[in-house]
Amino acid sequence: MENFTPVSAFSGGILIGLAATLLLLFNGRIAGISGMMSGLMGAQRSEFFWRLAFLAGIVIGAFIFSIIKPEFYLPRANYPVWLLVVGGILVGFGTRMGNGCTSGHAVCGIARLSLRSIVATVTFMATGFITVFIVRHLLG
Amino acid sequence: MKLIIVALISGILFGIGLTLSQMTNPYKVLNFLDIAGNWDPSLIFVMLGALAVTMISFRFILKRSYPLFDKQFYIVAKNEIDKPLVMGSAIFGIGWGIAGYCPGPVIAGLGLGNSESVVMILAIYFGFVIHRYLFASK
Repeated sequence: MENFTPVSAFSGGILIGLAATLLLLFNGRIAGISGMMSGLMGAQRSEFFWRLAFLAGIVIGAFIFSIIKPEFYLPRANYPVWLLVVGGILVGFGTRMGNGCTSGHAVCGIARLSLRSIVATVTFMATGFITVFIVRHLLG
Repeated sequence: MKLIIVALISGILFGIGLTLSQMTNPYKVLNFLDIAGNWDPSLIFVMLGALAVTMISFRFILKRSYPLFDKQFYIVAKNEIDKPLVMGSAIFGIGWGIAGYCPGPVIAGLGLGNSESVVMILAIYFGFVIHRYLFASK
């Protein structure tokens, strides 16, 4: 556990929680990233631009922070592209089928004590653990 | 316009939060998912930090009948646990474990110059399209 960073993790989590709070308080929307991404495909104009603005905000926020504290980002080198492609397709397909990802279910849904979100979070954590176990310890 | 400005500010906070918590580092995420290896529980603390805010704020916000800048809340009212929810979440978790990214950090990676984000975004949209073709509802 030598890479454990509870303080920056918790602080970053608070900012994510504040972001979700603002979006719900002012706009009445849930901060679910997979939903915003898929919502860009053929959405009504009124729902298109706020989604694009939120996603652009994430890019800007990450950019600003990385200029101030470049040491927080450690790029990964030489990860097989085909694993990214397979993983990405499963992430896209699965989040549509399951109606959400880590942000929508694990942060916003659990906050509302939504049973669907609790089940979704337990499920994707479980298959995530199993997948990494297989990839790293059985195949790797 | 008001909705767009709030979304932008909120997105910026979200992006800073993801980068500060290092969820933008795929190894950090994979080390969290690797209980049998060199386990890094940081991701749980990200969730706890976020929930510490949203568990309280959402309770107060949802007592209102409508948000400040719109006429209604846009929240899925559905409550039953169905097959698509469980199967979809299971598939998402497998993809998360293979790639080391969920959607938020993929987007944040664009601001960090992470070339893996470009591949991931194309693949994620391909996954959306496959889902749309198989389940042509919406």
